[in-house]
Amino acid sequence: MANVIGTSVLRREDSALITGKGKYTDDLQPARMTWAGIVRSPYAHARIRSIDTSKARAHPGVVAVFTGKDIVDSGVPGVIPTAWLLPDMKTPTHRVMAIDTVRYVGEAVAVVVAEDRYTARDAAELVEVDYQPLAVTVDPEKATEAGAPQLYEDVPNNVSFDWQWGDKSKTDEAFAGAAHKVAIRLRNNRLIPHAIEPRATLAEYDDAKGELTLTMTTQNPHVHRLLITLASLGIPEHKLRVKAPEVGGGFGSKIHHYADEAITGWCALQVKRPVKWTATRTEANLTDAHGRDHVTLAELALDAGGKVLGLRVHTWAAMGAYLCTFAPAVPTILYATLLSGQYDIPAIHARVLGVFTNTAPVDAYRGAGRPEATFVVERLMDRGALELGLDPAELRRRNFIAADRFPFQTAAGLLYDSGNYAPALEKALAMVGYDELRREQARRVPGARAGREKLLGVGLSSYIEACGLAPSQVAGALGAQAGLWESAKVRVHPTGVITVYTGSSGHGQGHETTFAQIVAGRLGVDMDKVEIVHGDTSQIQFGMGTYGSRSAAVGGSAIVATLDKIIAKGKKIAAHLLEAAEEDIDFADGAFKVKGVPGKERALGDVVLQSYLAHNLPADVEPGMEMTTFYNPSNFVFPFGTHVAVVEIDPETGEIELLRYVAVDDVGNVINPMIVDGQIHGGIAQGVGQALWEQAVYDEAGQLLTGEMLDYALPKAHNLVSYETARTVTPCPHNPLGVKGVGEAGAIASPAAVINAVVDALSPYGIQHIDMPATSEKIWRAIHSA
Amino acid sequence: MGIRIRVEVNGQPRESEVEPRLLLVHWLRDQLGLTGTNVGCETSLCGACTVWIDGKAVKSCTQLAVQVDGSAVRTIEGLASNGQLHPLQEAFHQEHGLQCGFCTPGMIMAGAALLQENPHPTEDEVRNALKGNICRCTGYHNIVKAVRRAAQGGA
Repeated sequence: MANVIGTSVLRREDSALITGKGKYTDDLQPARMTWAGIVRSPYAHARIRSIDTSKARAHPGVVAVFTGKDIVDSGVPGVIPTAWLLPDMKTPTHRVMAIDTVRYVGEAVAVVVAEDRYTARDAAELVEVDYQPLAVTVDPEKATEAGAPQLYEDVPNNVSFDWQWGDKSKTDEAFAGAAHKVAIRLRNNRLIPHAIEPRATLAEYDDAKGELTLTMTTQNPHVHRLLITLASLGIPEHKLRVKAPEVGGGFGSKIHHYADEAITGWCALQVKRPVKWTATRTEANLTDAHGRDHVTLAELALDAGGKVLGLRVHTWAAMGAYLCTFAPAVPTILYATLLSGQYDIPAIHARVLGVFTNTAPVDAYRGAGRPEATFVVERLMDRGALELGLDPAELRRRNFIAADRFPFQTAAGLLYDSGNYAPALEKALAMVGYDELRREQARRVPGARAGREKLLGVGLSSYIEACGLAPSQVAGALGAQAGLWESAKVRVHPTGVITVYTGSSGHGQGHETTFAQIVAGRLGVDMDKVEIVHGDTSQIQFGMGTYGSRSAAVGGSAIVATLDKIIAKGKKIAAHLLEAAEEDIDFADGAFKVKGVPGKERALGDVVLQSYLAHNLPADVEPGMEMTTFYNPSNFVFPFGTHVAVVEIDPETGEIELLRYVAVDDVGNVINPMIVDGQIHGGIAQGVGQALWEQAVYDEAGQLLTGEMLDYALPKAHNLVSYETARTVTPCPHNPLGVKGVGEAGAIASPAAVINAVVDALSPYGIQHIDMPATSEKIWRAIHSA
Repeated sequence: MGIRIRVEVNGQPRESEVEPRLLLVHWLRDQLGLTGTNVGCETSLCGACTVWIDGKAVKSCTQLAVQVDGSAVRTIEGLASNGQLHPLQEAFHQEHGLQCGFCTPGMIMAGAALLQENPHPTEDEVRNALKGNICRCTGYHNIVKAVRRAAQGGA
């Protein structure tokens, strides 16, 4: 049988999803189900004077109305936790439902449980809350200034943490002696993740068993269960089941534990009927954890020959009104550690302020810290090239970590296990026809300045990421309140069919196909005989879930390690049955074979059956064929690549068009090229969206002006192009598949590629930077004030 | 207060008493159990709720159920015929035109409507026809390929 690993097997997930049979949370409708409608603060910062629920209670069809006080009075812990603790971090209490103060528009203040979807919303409108508005701050830099409104009495200047990384004195020295210094001030725009499926929770309480089941939009059911047990509802872990049915995209936004999930679960305990809550898009935009929102001052020191000597950043990172689940990690260890990029930079220092603002909480969104780092590094490289009069590709070449220097310890704290950066750059340049584009660009400039032609811009982004999150010990030392391993259980049934229980929890990535390929390839069995089960705490051993581009590298490795245990046990049994020594048994093509004796073999299925019959097993072998692994990786994985964006700008109108997008990625070995390409495509679209259109905007009063898709510009089909993708292959040296991660790469690389292209196009005007999103208006204004 | 409506849904006559304000998508999902049609935005911007009304692609989140009284509605559940997937359903599978699948029913209904009007669309025509349907997973690359594959296959 041909090995299916490395081939574009079509997805087994598809048949249900293309026929409308896939079941997402909101599709479920158990008998006697009620609906929750959550009452949310219309103010960004206010004291709650009183809440009057009488009109809502009296409304026909209303089952119950509750406030935050009811939740506190019930005796549950009632807290939404953060699971990443930095040194000296200020962590104000985040209640499931506000009691006396609200700190962002959309914060929950009451909940209505009603007989149907519409009545729940009608009655939510009838809850009367008397607010006393307070002063508001929405900008992470301004919030730290003297006199800024304070969110918390005991958090001076709204600073949750003031975190430093790297060697300050060494970096200062590097700058002191540098021939060239460039500085740039950047905004990394606040984004709303926009999984097309809004968040939802269905809570069902079994009064007889005292068990609560939450079926919900989650990327990590066990983590959700643990946080709900420990912090929000206090239900013992073994009496709480969390299930992920089909999940309609996440991009990080469904990692975190949200108040709505706890509120819905708590309501089911009170009304003793199933309760469902599904976010409207406006609710989602108000309350999904947002991404990015940095203000950054960044500087690069170079010698006369273009060798980078040092890099320094100061970042104000918005945390929003409360610290979300993994929020403190995002602008710190997922950001500052990546500031070396693909380059040999001897001295790096970062200072990051985590700042409370009267906005939705900010947490991991596709890339989480690494797009922000890549944007800083790759914008600085272009600024450096401009300063030295070098081609941007040439400055990158001069600073790449050489291929023979791996493993490479960066000044930003990571040990890059492998890398080979120049070939990816050269391949991308060849694909895009770089030299020809540069000639065409120069040719157009006079015509463009005369208004007859469009400007052309070419932008590079040579990115790196650390993903496959990853090593538990390191994460623990850096503040994680959890390990970052992954689990797998493989059950080979007596008839030879196989069920794999994975702790990864896919939501569109094609895990059921990819993981089945791994099993089929390693065991030499047909893929149809392999079932992948995920996303249910009652079926699966504790798993960490899907985020941080970790499913193949960590979840897949856990499966491989478990298959190795199955093979090892099979060898013992086969040796016994074949009357051979265990070390003389090979496993290949789905059979245990005696080395050098053709035909003397037992098929895997036969050995498995014997393991269950147990009539004739070696003395030291238990019956059955089931193994479990908790795989703890020894390092992150480090995908890299170079992306090139080509844009055209009409200097008369500022209108910008993405003409081409070339992506050369090195994600190590590839299990399913079709799925890997699909992940790259989606990431590129999100990053291009960040660069050109997307932005969550709050006004001075803390009102979200982009609360619907009408106001928040998501990329659409006609805005984008067909992407030109290719790969180089540098396998990860420390996991059994040699795989890295691919889910976030596109979103990490593309914002810098696009903005570098925009600024490149505008270089004839002396324009040195355009903040994201680079809208036509911004470009037009920049041209006209140049 | 209910209003009686008679609608042919996926070829079957259906009759219901509905509140005047009930959205078509909620009638399909909550009352008929046709949950393949999804709701992503409630403002007819994302297109996840796209169905056909009398053969035309319409966003069912901004139609009232009472508005389709007397009409024929087709949803993703009714797109295959005689057990055969519609060529666009098959093409989405072949071209990896879906990831999480949430936008997919609406995307397929919109794409299939395009192919009825324009059996051989160019890439630009496909992209323009689908601009009322948002996908956050695929970056549209493989969706466009799927529509063009179905166009060629059905030629």
